[in-house]
Amino acid sequence: MHTSPPNPPPVAPPTGFARYAGIYGAFLRNGLVREMGFKINFILWIFVELLWFGLQLAFMAVIYRHTERIASWTQWQVVFLVGTNHLIQQIFTALFMNNCVKLSENVRTGMLDFLLLMPVNARFLISLRHVDFGAFVNAGSAVAVMVYAARQLHLTPTLPQLAGFSLLLLVGLSVHYSVMYILACISFWTVRAQGIVWGYYNLFQLARLPDEAFRGTFRAVFTFAVPILLVTNVPVKLLIDKLSSPFEIVWLVGLSTAVFVLSEVFWRWSVRHYSSASS
Amino acid sequence: MNKYWHVVTLGIQSTLVYRVNFLVRALFGLVPLLALILLWRAIFEGRTDAEIGGYQLSEMVTYYLIVNVVVALTAVTEDDWQIAADIKDGKISQFLLKPIDYLRYRLCLFAASRLVYTAAAILPTAGFLWFQRDAFLGPASGLHFAAFILSLALTALLQFFISFTMALLAFWVLEVATFIFILFAFEYIAGGHMFPLDMLPPAILSLLNLTPFPYMLYFPVQVYLGRLDGSVLAHGLLIQACWVAASYILARVVWGRGIRHYSAVGG
Repeated sequence: MHTSPPNPPPVAPPTGFARYAGIYGAFLRNGLVREMGFKINFILWIFVELLWFGLQLAFMAVIYRHTERIASWTQWQVVFLVGTNHLIQQIFTALFMNNCVKLSENVRTGMLDFLLLMPVNARFLISLRHVDFGAFVNAGSAVAVMVYAARQLHLTPTLPQLAGFSLLLLVGLSVHYSVMYILACISFWTVRAQGIVWGYYNLFQLARLPDEAFRGTFRAVFTFAVPILLVTNVPVKLLIDKLSSPFEIVWLVGLSTAVFVLSEVFWRWSVRHYSSASS
Repeated sequence: MNKYWHVVTLGIQSTLVYRVNFLVRALFGLVPLLALILLWRAIFEGRTDAEIGGYQLSEMVTYYLIVNVVVALTAVTEDDWQIAADIKDGKISQFLLKPIDYLRYRLCLFAASRLVYTAAAILPTAGFLWFQRDAFLGPASGLHFAAFILSLALTALLQFFISFTMALLAFWVLEVATFIFILFAFEYIAGGHMFPLDMLPPAILSLLNLTPFPYMLYFPVQVYLGRLDGSVLAHGLLIQACWVAASYILARVVWGRGIRHYSAVGG
């Protein structure tokens, strides 16, 4: 027996990529409308982030007032590293940060039930719903610092180098996202995971330090267990010709894939153990 | 006085709920600290002379360790957000009706939360100090240690009164988070969180010394390390006490004006 759906839609809805692009377009529009509702706040937040970026650069400036090098890194190489890290961090903030922080709130208020019922991939919805436009503006300031540092270093990257650099930035971004998502999923059990999520924000600080400064257990943990030292260092080292071996790239790509798969497995497992908070 | 003691015990009980949160926070907080220490170790290794900016390696490591201890004992973490939320949601109305002083009430809660935080952080921090024991220096002398404790108490009060005043901005603006973060950013660098302030160019340092920021962190650490002596030390403590008094008066004044401006939304 053949049964047809009760209400066949008159026009076939877009499927796959086009459909998700459309949904994301709606997120962007909502985000923009929300930000423009609080314009002064929007500008103040950009200022706060600029201030923090300035502080990071000031820290390095103070260190280089008293020393020539950190391991083998010179001042402008480190400035380029700090700039690149800020770029990755701001794009992460723009796309994912608020969403990851909000997951615990969604669990507590029962909003998650509503999101899970949507006919869209739930992880897509949870990860990308809130877009932070101010962070895009701040990503611009990061690029400005990077360009300035690159000129001081007399860098003339080739096109393939630039393409590789950009790709590796995306890979690094996915490491931050996957780790943060895993931590956010812990909120299924602890309810208040903000502490944990903000804790990871602390670890972001590691990514802007030259990996050569670290050795032993510390370096091993933050290279292999939580590959945070690779996130910014590998792309930057590619551009300033500091890579000790091409395996560093292999490690970054391999580990980011592994962490992403792990986050997906953990997410599915968490949802299976989820038993609604309200309603 | 008795009722405020109850507030402290209540505060302890309600913050104990978040002990795991505190523990995780303390643990995560140790990682960037360790990173900074390792970074300085790498810098010292790459050089021939034993001092950078007037600090030997052990002094530098101890600087960061004591910074961490002072922050654990005195930093305002949630209080300012809660105060702002109380005002925004109109919850503050009930305090206006009760024979309780809101500033004192919040000060008791602050003390309670620092107690619980310290209890949660003490094990990881002690373990960390042990781990870094090769470079960790004790207090310069008994006198310096006593002065450090006194200065620590003043730092806590200064931290609290300034955060309290900042949070009171919620009487006038809807969203105080940005202001709190801007203040925090200034405090972070001008308080000596990231590096000892005397590594800055002298002109900037003398400018910073005119602000309360160095007295919110840098000063007690300098006292502990024994980098201040005799009349300089006494003078510093006096200035710190003046900042505490000034911030207290400011908090009272702003509170008085805020209450007059307050319209009990949702209360």
